Amino acid sequence: MSAVETKSEREEGWNRPPVIEPGGEGELLEVAMGPHHPSTHGVFRMDVALDGERVIRLKPVFGYLHRNHEKIAEGAAYLASMPYTDRLDYFCSLTNNWAYALAVEKLVGQEVPERAEYIRVILAELTRIQNHASTIGFLLQEMGASGTPLMYAFREREKILDLFESLTGSRMMCNYMRFGGCRVDVSVSWLDATRKVVSGLPAFADEFEALLSSNEILMARCQGIGVLKPELAVNASVSGPMLRGSGVNYDIRKVDRYGVYDRFKFRVPLGDHGDIYDRYMVRVLEMRESIRILEQALKDIPPGPIMDPKSKIRGFRPKPGEAYGRIEAPKGELGFYLISDGGPNPYRYRVRPPSLINLTVLEDMCLGHNVADVVLIFGSVDIVLGEVDR
Amino acid sequence: MLAAGSLGLEAELKTVEEIKAAIEAAVSGAQVEVLRNPSPSAQHSLRVAHESALEVAAFLRDDPELAFDYLSNLTGVDWPDKEITEKVKVTRQVLKTVDGPEGKVEQTVEETVDETRKRTEPGCLEAVYHLYSVAKKHGPLVIRMRTANRTDQVELPSLTPIWRGAEFQEREIFDLYGIVFKGHPDLRRILMWDGFKDYPMRKDYVEPDDYEYEPTAHDHVLARAQEHKSREPGSKGAAESA
Amino acid sequence: MLGEGILKGMAETAKNFAGSFVSAERLTTVEYPEQRIPTAENARVFPILLYDGGDWEAGLRCVACQICEKECPPKCIYIEKSKDKKPDYVGKAQFYPTRFDIDISVCMSCQICVEVCPFEAIKMDTQFELATDDRFGGLLLDRHELAKSNEYYHSIHPTEATEVDARLAEEKAKVEAKAKAAAEAAAAKAAAPPTAPKPAEGGD
Repeated sequence: MSAVETKSEREEGWNRPPVIEPGGEGELLEVAMGPHHPSTHGVFRMDVALDGERVIRLKPVFGYLHRNHEKIAEGAAYLASMPYTDRLDYFCSLTNNWAYALAVEKLVGQEVPERAEYIRVILAELTRIQNHASTIGFLLQEMGASGTPLMYAFREREKILDLFESLTGSRMMCNYMRFGGCRVDVSVSWLDATRKVVSGLPAFADEFEALLSSNEILMARCQGIGVLKPELAVNASVSGPMLRGSGVNYDIRKVDRYGVYDRFKFRVPLGDHGDIYDRYMVRVLEMRESIRILEQALKDIPPGPIMDPKSKIRGFRPKPGEAYGRIEAPKGELGFYLISDGGPNPYRYRVRPPSLINLTVLEDMCLGHNVADVVLIFGSVDIVLGEVDR
Repeated sequence: MLAAGSLGLEAELKTVEEIKAAIEAAVSGAQVEVLRNPSPSAQHSLRVAHESALEVAAFLRDDPELAFDYLSNLTGVDWPDKEITEKVKVTRQVLKTVDGPEGKVEQTVEETVDETRKRTEPGCLEAVYHLYSVAKKHGPLVIRMRTANRTDQVELPSLTPIWRGAEFQEREIFDLYGIVFKGHPDLRRILMWDGFKDYPMRKDYVEPDDYEYEPTAHDHVLARAQEHKSREPGSKGAAESA
Repeated sequence: MLGEGILKGMAETAKNFAGSFVSAERLTTVEYPEQRIPTAENARVFPILLYDGGDWEAGLRCVACQICEKECPPKCIYIEKSKDKKPDYVGKAQFYPTRFDIDISVCMSCQICVEVCPFEAIKMDTQFELATDDRFGGLLLDRHELAKSNEYYHSIHPTEATEVDARLAEEKAKVEAKAKAAAEAAAAKAAAPPTAPKPAEGGD
């Protein structure tokens, strides 16, 4: 490696994990946490080397859920990959669908009708609310709260999933977005049911916060633990609430302004310290901002078509070229990179998984902490193995 | 409305050609080539030769105007060897009998014929980087690096020292495509298990013949299932005739 | 005061606990399988083939065009086309499937087969309690098991079924009107020539 003239004052290796020397005598205890573990959000393994209770080295190991999604997509038509994208981040299937539809629309230059854009925003924000609530619920479960906050989150999640079922036909694997719009139109009764659910959401957010945010156990276990510095977060391509919890103001809804997000007024919550508590608070505040977006979208949704009548369902052959489309999924930046060679199947289909890339700094955040904190830090990263392994 | 090509980039100051000029001005010896993207997304890319890739990457990250400090996506692409059939005009010296003044004489004349030649253009493996800027809120810039061929010269410099986010993604490209990244702190397989031998995402990957075939197999899966069943009588895929 | 946050949280939990005895909102579970939550009308589980009338073989709408087989993402449909034809609901002669297998252990309920079918022949069912202990054969449904009557479709998806029936009736009416117009034109033509000279009768 030749001498690199950098213009910054960082010294070499600043973005590598620090090496911690074990104190005292004795060997390191090597523990494999997972893959069969109730707290690892799926089949995930962490090879941890411990000095007593202190973490000296941590290597994440995954690939247990690798289903070869990218290669299947190379052999299937563009539309046939849409149900497979549901299964990437299986908690948030509608945002996965939107990211893929966005990438294909960029590839062919397809425009989307306004009503379809509003429907997409409504469904994406509902997905974000139920995802953040479930993440916080799981985080509290890992702390030992045995499921009470989780069940509160799931109670709201059930209402949202019922809305998804009555619109798309399925609670989780929705397969709803199409290239150029949405599959079926929303009815007036569905919009009324959604308004009813959304009107109950602020009370839920208040109840959730009253239950959790000033809880001393939560604060003692989360504040100051798992600190991620903003510079390292940007350099490690961290995205989503983890990045904003470290104080970096980067929300793709505000930066790229895809869809019709520039019509809604909403704020982007940022954290100060970059610890677990900040990420938790960022998620709670993002839920409240999503409720605001939903109220605005439900008020302003215009009538009109939901699909461009010229877009094709069968025999879809985009011209050769490539495109990268990304959205702010609840877990971070979800992007799809497509290379087309003019045929009915994509030549290269790549999913940029936010969960995998957020895991890059897991080791940095966990070094020096106790092994009990590893579970919490890992829970605050918010991963889904379907996305990490694809 | 999502208009094609508009990425909300009011802060994007430079086109790809301008960025190429800036790189060539700052890093001596950088070989940068613009590859145009024919699709409406207008995301043109810069192909960077790997000898100067680290300096180019450091310049892109640290330059105050460009400030591409966020590596959003790093992916591998496999371009297999292509067989090219082309017609070439070949001029040769040929011994021919021609009519001379005293009858047939042997002479060497020049003759131009059309010859059909087949040649194999070596394929390559490619790494594609999508860069964004958190400081300036612009992007994407697409950088590509290609290996010399797919068999023995598959090394590329690792950009993990510049962007830490490349760490797991370079491991994935090594695992699924076989590109060896020099300078990577921990290059080993990430999605497949450690003893795995082949590179699954390559276009010429042959799947192992050791899984069960479902009853509704058809087309090429059916052909393989029948082949498989004829070798192992009785046990697998028994419900084919259900 | 130390512990104030915990007490506030416990007050919330107590409110929910006490509330679950008095308000239906707070009691969020039902005792399945004795009590069931009604499924949404649009719910989709696995595909079924529709037939009109009483005879499932004669009334089967599927014409074995094999579009669903091609578009199915995990390729769980297997169709064999017939050699002869039978009349469909408007009377036109169409092929029919001699074999139509869906492997529901592979099917991922994506509904793409329903979307692309031009003949309203395949629709989604709502039954999900289909567990069996036979791994391959038990979950491989052939066309007899898949065939369900149009009345059944009305009972599970009433709005959709009414729309589909209206569309099919419209198609049938159009075809009949065209046939009637063609018949009238032909009859008019046959009765038409009033001044054409008739061939001389007589002779033999």
